[in-house]
Amino acid sequence: MNAPSPTLADLRIVVCAGAGGVGKTTVSAAVAVGLAASGRRVAAVTIDPARRLAEALGLEDLRNQPQLVEASRLRGSGLLVSGELSAMMLDVKRTFDELIELLAPDADTAQAILTNPIYQHLSTAVAGSQEYTAMAKLFELAEAGTYDVIVLDTPPSRSAANFLDAPERLTALLQSRALTALLGPTRTAAKAAEVAFAGLRRITGVGLLEDLTVFFQLIAQLLEGFRKRAVRVEELLREPTTGFLIVTSTDHAPVAEAIRFGRELDRMGMSRAGVIVNRVQPLDASNRPRAATKERLAPRIGVDLAEKVACTHAELQTLARRDRDAIRALSTALPGPGHASLVDRDSDVRDLRMLAGLARELFDGLV
Amino acid sequence: MRPLFDRRLVVVAGKGGVGRTTVTAALGLAAAQCGLVALVVEVDGQSDIPYALAADRAGTLDEVELSPRLYHVTIDRRAVLSEYLHDEVPGPVSAAILARSRLFQLFVDAAPGLNELLTIGKVWELIQRPRHRRRARQYDLVILDAPASGQLIALLQAPKTFASIARTGPVARQAEAIQASLRDPGLAAFVSVVTPEQMPVSETVSLDGALSLLAGRRLDAIIVNRLFPQRFTTEEGEALARFGPDPALRSARWFAARARAQRGQLTRLETELCHVPLFAALPFRFTERIRRDDLQSLASLLAPRS
Repeated sequence: MNAPSPTLADLRIVVCAGAGGVGKTTVSAAVAVGLAASGRRVAAVTIDPARRLAEALGLEDLRNQPQLVEASRLRGSGLLVSGELSAMMLDVKRTFDELIELLAPDADTAQAILTNPIYQHLSTAVAGSQEYTAMAKLFELAEAGTYDVIVLDTPPSRSAANFLDAPERLTALLQSRALTALLGPTRTAAKAAEVAFAGLRRITGVGLLEDLTVFFQLIAQLLEGFRKRAVRVEELLREPTTGFLIVTSTDHAPVAEAIRFGRELDRMGMSRAGVIVNRVQPLDASNRPRAATKERLAPRIGVDLAEKVACTHAELQTLARRDRDAIRALSTALPGPGHASLVDRDSDVRDLRMLAGLARELFDGLV
Repeated sequence: MRPLFDRRLVVVAGKGGVGRTTVTAALGLAAAQCGLVALVVEVDGQSDIPYALAADRAGTLDEVELSPRLYHVTIDRRAVLSEYLHDEVPGPVSAAILARSRLFQLFVDAAPGLNELLTIGKVWELIQRPRHRRRARQYDLVILDAPASGQLIALLQAPKTFASIARTGPVARQAEAIQASLRDPGLAAFVSVVTPEQMPVSETVSLDGALSLLAGRRLDAIIVNRLFPQRFTTEEGEALARFGPDPALRSARWFAARARAQRGQLTRLETELCHVPLFAALPFRFTERIRRDDLQSLASLLAPRS
């Protein structure tokens, strides 16, 4: 009953999204492990994983391509893995560079862009470059068709929707026809453009404007490629075999963000594969009062310890009730299959065995 | 350590999910209760602090007072841009045309670091005495709820990035002034909120490194958040492990293990950042959600002791 979704097994792309700090990277790794256990060839693309998670998955390799996690490692985790798991850590700069090399008409143009100062900042420092390259990597892997399913972790951001918006903003920027027409050799200087240039020159000085002009002239040669790709990425995200898994904790802000993002997906016609509520305190159905817990335990563990245990249990039950309410609110706001939750662990995930434990809890009957 | 509340700007940093916004709000309350006129600032159009304080309004365009002496504003880069144009470009018409121009907006988005610079530039304007904007309120203390580490670094990098790309013009000149303010420990303090867990501790350590690289300074203080009390002794912890399954005992075991793991991360924090003072350790609050009275008690833990 706890499987993320009956359809998760049919997906070719699983995108894990949610607010920052909810454990998205770990959950996406657990989903990948679970899918591999169920017999599929899985590629997990992670973004900035914790050191021990990276070690567990053997992500020290920096080739910017998924590397096979050895079967012996997986067996050691206590899971019977009938499929295959490959994992990688996204290298933003390198993915961007590779895309430029792929789309440039010739090596000289590629080189000119790669060494352009505007490009160098755009490919790393600008908000959205992580999101853009995550999509680019997803597309590349999907096209290659090497894997049955790709599980994508998304960049940390307060807002989950950033993942969808940021690449669009960047593409809009690179694609602007107005801009190319303006910067090209047959510049038709419209009145508004004149004003825009004058204003920009005023603020940023002439140097930046010249650098930008050179950059846009270079990038103009790749625009058709960017445009075609953007359309295909958009199509890929809308395919019925692509699903978004929304990850959240039970804190107020991430829950609100999860609901906002889920509705945004619905509005955009993209499919929700499920909602995973992470770090949940289990609710004690017996609902005994604190004094009764103390009385019940005192003969076994002594009065003093029983008092402390009863106090602790009462405090955690307050959290458990909050968690239950959050889970209810999420299933009301985002109806559909695939709601699952993960019990709060008493320590960080540090090895494949713990990851396998999470996967088992998520997939329940599947594994 | 120089008292935090003696500076003009306190930048509150930390990984997503550690309670940065809660701590910012509590710091604001604490400052206001010390008699300071304080302003809490959110970026990227976020407006969570008024909600946390159960205030009925928010500073979405202009600064508004949430409670006595405590003001709030959300920095929206589009609004900052038109404000900036209005101040810098002569003639109201051209400023308005520019602000609406799609082409101009595209350039602003493309110019590396310009958006970030506009945000940090606005923060800088808020700490000016007198303010550059006419008739604007002057604050004793501005507290910034900074974006998560990666974006914060981009924000701090912006003046430098920009100064290196746009070598001339008013923005480049202003970028240098902003950079100087951020470097000055008498003006600005950098505080990291951290929960005693692996990733938040790692991010705090790397943020300290980035600060030293970018601004030639270190974190001024650490605020530990959501600290579990050390309720069970080691012997008790071991005793708990021997008993069978029981929901209450499970709670106690979980709690004891989590508290122990937290101590381990605290030790790591103290070892790796031994040069940064611990400003406060805020307890985990076992409540359904942080309410105004919770913020109040956090604020009393953050207020300078007299």
